[in-house]
Amino acid sequence: MTLTQKPVAPGLFTWPTGESAPLRLIGSQCAACDLVSFPAAPVCVRCASDESTERLLADRGTLWTYTTQDFRPPSPPYDGPRTFEPYAVGYIELPGELLVEARLTEPDPDKLRIGQHMRLTLVPYTVQDDGTEVMTFAFAPAEEETS
Amino acid sequence: MTEAVIIGVGLHPFGRFAGKPALDMGADAVRLALADAGVTWPQVQGGYVGSYEVANPDAIVGRLGLTGIPLRGVFNGCATAGTAVAQAARAIETGEHDLTIAIGMDKHPRGAFAADPSVAGIPSWYGQTGLFLTTHFFGMKINRYMHDHGISHETLARVASKNFRNAAGNEKAWRRTPLTPEEVLASPVLNYPLRQFMYCGPNEGAAALVLCRADQAHKYTGTPVRVRSTALRSRRLGAFEVQSPSFPVGEPVDSPTTDASREAYERAGIGPEDVDVAQLQDTDAGSEVIHMAENGLCKDGEQERLIAEGATEIGGSLPVNTDGGLLGNGEPIGASGLRQIHEIVLQLRGAAGARQIPGTPRVGYTHLYGAPGVSAVTILST
Ligand SMILES: [Zn+2]
Repeated sequence: MTLTQKPVAPGLFTWPTGESAPLRLIGSQCAACDLVSFPAAPVCVRCASDESTERLLADRGTLWTYTTQDFRPPSPPYDGPRTFEPYAVGYIELPGELLVEARLTEPDPDKLRIGQHMRLTLVPYTVQDDGTEVMTFAFAPAEEETS
Repeated sequence: MTEAVIIGVGLHPFGRFAGKPALDMGADAVRLALADAGVTWPQVQGGYVGSYEVANPDAIVGRLGLTGIPLRGVFNGCATAGTAVAQAARAIETGEHDLTIAIGMDKHPRGAFAADPSVAGIPSWYGQTGLFLTTHFFGMKINRYMHDHGISHETLARVASKNFRNAAGNEKAWRRTPLTPEEVLASPVLNYPLRQFMYCGPNEGAAALVLCRADQAHKYTGTPVRVRSTALRSRRLGAFEVQSPSFPVGEPVDSPTTDASREAYERAGIGPEDVDVAQLQDTDAGSEVIHMAENGLCKDGEQERLIAEGATEIGGSLPVNTDGGLLGNGEPIGASGLRQIHEIVLQLRGAAGARQIPGTPRVGYTHLYGAPGVSAVTILST
């Protein structure tokens, strides 16, 4: 059975993803000073230019820091499932681009460490009454790179 | 330019006061401050009043006397009270007023703050997916700081334990049950590495300060406290701040706390080595540790030894949050920084009772930090 899925917001990551359109976060790059932003920013926070181009961000990075969410956040704005499962969040450094805050697929802080290699994925962070899974971006521990 | 001095302080207890409006708590704090200064409301020429929950905090004049003075509402997140005192002092310094007041009050509902991210200029998905929690930032900042500077979980527990112990000796504090470091470490993790008893909670309360020109202080008090400097700074690009879906790569730039601290020391002509007692924003135990360094009071990583040695205890070389801080008092946002100054004024007068620090303290320091990356510092002296 195939569940219906939809992204939590348009323009946040490539959708739908497939072989011709791999999963990436959609950022922007300032046309005047090259500052990379996520989510895509209509106005640059460094030079105030309002000209930018879309930039697909790297799908791999390293964990800069993290924490856990062990209680259900207040609703609204949180609209995750009633049955709460603790999750983790962190900042992932995408080299040469930026540090992005995201949910992590691994909720156990003992299995996370600063400097760990991470890769982009999607998670169904909630399911609507009609069964539609709402997808958001997350980072998962990656196989350690062999260099 | 003339100098502003504090001649009266008033503090409504912090806690839960069912049925009592914030404006009434604020009016009580004002009356205490006026009585402490030995002045009456009609002598007050103007002032600044801060609140998050009260839509028109200037409505407090309806409870104090409709004398027609300018009373301006201010709000700068958790740095609101820093803004109120800075503006009140500025009104004296520039000669606009001879006698002025700074007031803060709030009455927050129970539990963590909840709002739509749009109020902070952040898209809705950030809140829907469970990222819009300020507590995440505090957990992540101290986790990175512990990794970089060798701070232990035990040190976080010692900070919380100290602040609850200090609050136990403060009849106006909210959380007055002492907790051992072991009890703090046994409480559930809320946002790793931070546990339940390492966080402050939003609550209710009010505080007020009466200020006047330094050259007129003798008319009111023998122990004026000088406002040596105030500084307020917002986040710069590249600083790691609360409510940031992303930030640029590279070495993180200094926090607004470091920026405000540097400016405040420079304007005061006072250095960190001169500070006798400090009140630092301890939203959580990790924040107090980090803020010791960001305010220049120690080097990064020195906290581990200083806290183990008891340096930040009331009898130590650098007492921090002698009244219990935010952990012991909770945080009514508009009042929090004025509560800090109230404590410093008592300490500099030698009137802090059981929690009086030893010796003859001359310089006190207060610091606020809040969303979305704003910090306020006030340096006071005898
Ligand atoms: Zn730019």
